[in-house]
Amino acid sequence: MSDQVGTITWISGPVVRARGSRHVGMLELVEVGADRLVGEVIGLKGDQMTVQVYEETAGMQTGAPIYGTGLPLSVELGPGLIQSIYDGVQRPLPLIEEAMGSFINRGARFDSISREKKWRYTSRVKVGDEVKGGAILGVAMETDTLEHRVMLNPDDSGTITWVAPSGDYTVTDPIAKLKMGKEEKTVTMLQRWPVRRARPFTNRRPANIPLITGQRILDTFFPVAKGGAAGIPGPFGSGKTVTQHSIAKWADAEIIVYIGCGERGNEMTEVLQEFPHLVDPRTGRPLMERTVLIANTSNMPVAAREASIYTGITIAEYYRDMGYHVALMADSTSRWAEALREVSGRLEEMPAEEGYPAYLAGRLAEFYERAGYVDNLNGTQGSVSIVGAVSPPGGDFSEPVTQHTKRFIRCFWALDKSLASARHFPAINWLDSYSEYLEDVGAWWREKTGKDWLTMRNRAMELLSEESRLSQIVKLVGPDALPYTERMVLETTRLIREGLLQQNATESVDAFSSVEKQIRMLELVLYFHERGMAIVKKGAPINLIHDLPVVDTIIRAKSTVTNEEITRFDEIQKQIDQQMGQLDAEYRS
Amino acid sequence: MSEVTVQGGQEVVGVGRIEGPILVVEGGANVSYDEVVEIQDSRGQIRRGRVLEVGEGFAVVQAFAGSTGLSIDGTRVRFLGTTLHIPVAEEMLGRIFDGLGSPIDGGPEPLTDRYADVNGQPINPTARIYPRDYIQTGISTIDGVNTLLRGQKLPLFSGAGMPHDQLAAQIVRQATLGKLAGAPPTEGEEFAIVFAAMGVKNDVADYFRRSFTESGALTRVAMFLNLADDPPVERIVTPRAALTLAEYLAYEREMHVLVVLTDMTNYGEALRQISNVRGEVPSRKGYPGYLYSDLASMYERTGRIRTSKGSITQIPILTMPNDDITHPMPDLTGYITEGQIVLGRELNFAGIYPPVAVLPSLSRLMKDGIGKNRTRDDHPRWGAQLYAAYARTQDVRALASVIGEEELSDVDQKYLKFGRAFEREFVNQSFTENRTIERTLEIGWKLLSMLPKKELTRVTLDEIAIYYKGDDASN
Ligand SMILES: Nc1ncnc2c1ncn2[C@@H]1O[C@H](COP(=O)(O)OP(=O)(O)OP(=O)(O)O)[C@@H](O)[C@H]1O
Ligand SMILES: [Mg+2]
Repeated sequence: MSDQVGTITWISGPVVRARGSRHVGMLELVEVGADRLVGEVIGLKGDQMTVQVYEETAGMQTGAPIYGTGLPLSVELGPGLIQSIYDGVQRPLPLIEEAMGSFINRGARFDSISREKKWRYTSRVKVGDEVKGGAILGVAMETDTLEHRVMLNPDDSGTITWVAPSGDYTVTDPIAKLKMGKEEKTVTMLQRWPVRRARPFTNRRPANIPLITGQRILDTFFPVAKGGAAGIPGPFGSGKTVTQHSIAKWADAEIIVYIGCGERGNEMTEVLQEFPHLVDPRTGRPLMERTVLIANTSNMPVAAREASIYTGITIAEYYRDMGYHVALMADSTSRWAEALREVSGRLEEMPAEEGYPAYLAGRLAEFYERAGYVDNLNGTQGSVSIVGAVSPPGGDFSEPVTQHTKRFIRCFWALDKSLASARHFPAINWLDSYSEYLEDVGAWWREKTGKDWLTMRNRAMELLSEESRLSQIVKLVGPDALPYTERMVLETTRLIREGLLQQNATESVDAFSSVEKQIRMLELVLYFHERGMAIVKKGAPINLIHDLPVVDTIIRAKSTVTNEEITRFDEIQKQIDQQMGQLDAEYRS
Repeated sequence: MSEVTVQGGQEVVGVGRIEGPILVVEGGANVSYDEVVEIQDSRGQIRRGRVLEVGEGFAVVQAFAGSTGLSIDGTRVRFLGTTLHIPVAEEMLGRIFDGLGSPIDGGPEPLTDRYADVNGQPINPTARIYPRDYIQTGISTIDGVNTLLRGQKLPLFSGAGMPHDQLAAQIVRQATLGKLAGAPPTEGEEFAIVFAAMGVKNDVADYFRRSFTESGALTRVAMFLNLADDPPVERIVTPRAALTLAEYLAYEREMHVLVVLTDMTNYGEALRQISNVRGEVPSRKGYPGYLYSDLASMYERTGRIRTSKGSITQIPILTMPNDDITHPMPDLTGYITEGQIVLGRELNFAGIYPPVAVLPSLSRLMKDGIGKNRTRDDHPRWGAQLYAAYARTQDVRALASVIGEEELSDVDQKYLKFGRAFEREFVNQSFTENRTIERTLEIGWKLLSMLPKKELTRVTLDEIAIYYKGDDASN
């Protein structure tokens, strides 16, 4: 199947040069050396080709052969992706473990999708139907609740000449035949797609439905839309991974693609061990049944880390094409950028900023552009939302990856070291973060909750920025110097910070807040503020407000009131009325 | 100029170029990437090295012992056809090795036919067991608020002149498998210890050796020493050699292994030096762009796997240049490890031992090893509350320095007192004090009881009812 196309002339880490450029194409997949390690042609010049190798090159020799495959780096798509865990070039890690034990050895070759497993397939087309690329030919249940819609390869079209009767088929069994011009083509449930090429769609739709994550600081304050892109930069230990895990657990997406790109082995193990036991509130099924994991941890080969992002996004697009909402998490895009830098450095390319290649921005743009809410080729609608973690050196946001990322995302969740040190989690700084989807998703909130979320949200933000101004003064002269009305602002913002913004990902009740709970909490805090302000303006000393028992009740509500008992907020509101009412009566002059 | 003979490994006589520890060897055929070489100088002395880059008819070789004394014509380089391996055996415990794994204690080479590649191989994430068993170190700032688990990598970020060596020695001496609070003490399963020194002074290595001897641990310790006056390039191998033995002990002999690596900052400098000599494009502060991946290839050799009962726990020590936590070494380490214990200059000045700066310290795995059925139910919230209160103390101190302590509100005054007591009673403990987890929890509650109940929003009302000992009678 593969012929020798070249001879290795130079080896440095994951980068290999070879003679024989005439016989390969740019971005072609090749097999390198006697062990036939997987690699990709990343440069052609004169007689020389440059190859990045997806496996460890120690022990490889000059003079060894390179074999061509004629194909670009591609992923396999079909039923069986869900619940899988792959490395950066879609090798199934459980099979590698079965074959090689606990450590990853070189030269592992396995099908990404099982050839043995059978799926119950039902055709949705009949002989004589004209079908275009992307058309849904039939369906197979991939899990108890997930319908896998088997689609024609986007590049194909023609007339159906045969369909398989309903029954159990493997991914390589024929399920239809198609007349394309003069040729007849056999279609199976399996297709390949080159990872570096975005899968086509008909057109983009406006992104105006929020991706609900159950995280109050995100949904209520800095929402991302389905089909949108968000960046979450932060220094080490500030909460990028915990936030992305929380989104992977609770987001109202139908499919989650989680890419561990150059991060820790234990974090992937955590997901693997936890997700099968967590229940998706929407389907009642284990969370793992909507999840695909790509794990190319920091100690795995760096070139495969570079590929992992593309492997993940292509799988995400594939489910989008079926008409699903997909959320993709990439932790961390900085490690991906470093992989680019490492390979570029070995090629002795001219560096731009901080050693990164000049094409860094272009690659980031291409990646984030693959997010979107779209009309698919087959008429369904689907979305890919991207949440990319960024790990700036020294936590300094002025570095190139953070800066370029900012250009291509519309939602910026800025993690803050000092909040994390004070154990204010999620440590997302409300003054440095932004969302450009606010106006877009306002209508959805109104329809869904009947409430004016945006006005309330903006009011809370106003109070928070007021707080920041006031705390400058407090730092200089102490709180006593402030008038009671301003101290009332500080009372309320403490409630916002501790009661709303802080959310403990590890606590069962608090980990996920429904939209209804979020809006009720927001409403309650603002109500507290309006009532308190009225009383303070009548001259009541602030400590009377501070000492009201209801303050503690509000702060604790996030973990005492479950998503199912929203009406208990009415009781808390009554407590506010009662306790404030008393004060009000005392200070009626 | 060079002449090639093949005989028990290919040999090339004469080198093309020598620059710092890097030799360019011309004329070898079929050299493999990362292969080990033996370099013989004109007097017949042999040193080892390895291949960093191969091209047609040339190889770039790094000499571990540097190039002093090597000449262009008189140097012979023999390619050994394999990557760097060291012997591994249980009997290596109790022994002392140099930075490349050869014995320097006068004893014989370990008797074994098991040799392992110092580079190791990545653990398959599906083969890992997520760490859940905590290690009781007897130190409140660790057990209480930065709990260490078996299979975790938790570095000490320190600075010149701070007692990181003492703290590491105390951890090693006191570490036992954690138990439920209040459970009777049992004979702790003992850790095997693999200690690697990179570029530290002889007295540091001596200090550890003495400390291991005094605690009777010496027979359970393997030491790999590359000291300050040893060749810097060898430092690239030292931690890898140590981890290779640790992996053997943990995953094949089913032992619980504690690995102490000191000082990783010196390791980083050696890596930077080689990178600079090779003219690589630097990223920050002259460090190579692959520093993160390079460090990860060692730190990730920590953990537990499903096929063995054993574990590897890593405690790398780093002195931060200028106490700067954003310096590439601590920064990239923090991005890979599962938290960090940071030592603070001010606490150290104030005579607090161990001077653990609690706020920037963190154990990410703590949440999975504490609480109900592991330490005590209230532990996670108690820890969060201590953190929150101590963080508040910092704000109050800043305010007090502006308006004066007398002007502070009653509550803020209480925070000030809490902060002082926290540092003196919770953080501070003696080098020989081994606190149980219940003692640590008890001290914490005593301190929290200095604050009004209303301030304690991170713990539950039930917990306040049980553990709060203060004079605030409200509820
Ligand atoms: N929402 C949260 N609830 C509770 N704890 C949190 C939350 N977010 C972060 N933490 C705490 O912060 C720690 C660090 O978070 P995390 O591992 O996500 O950091 P990170 O930004 O991904 O760091 P790195 O860049 O090193 O991977 C966690 O182990 C946890 O203790
Ligand atoms: Mg992380």
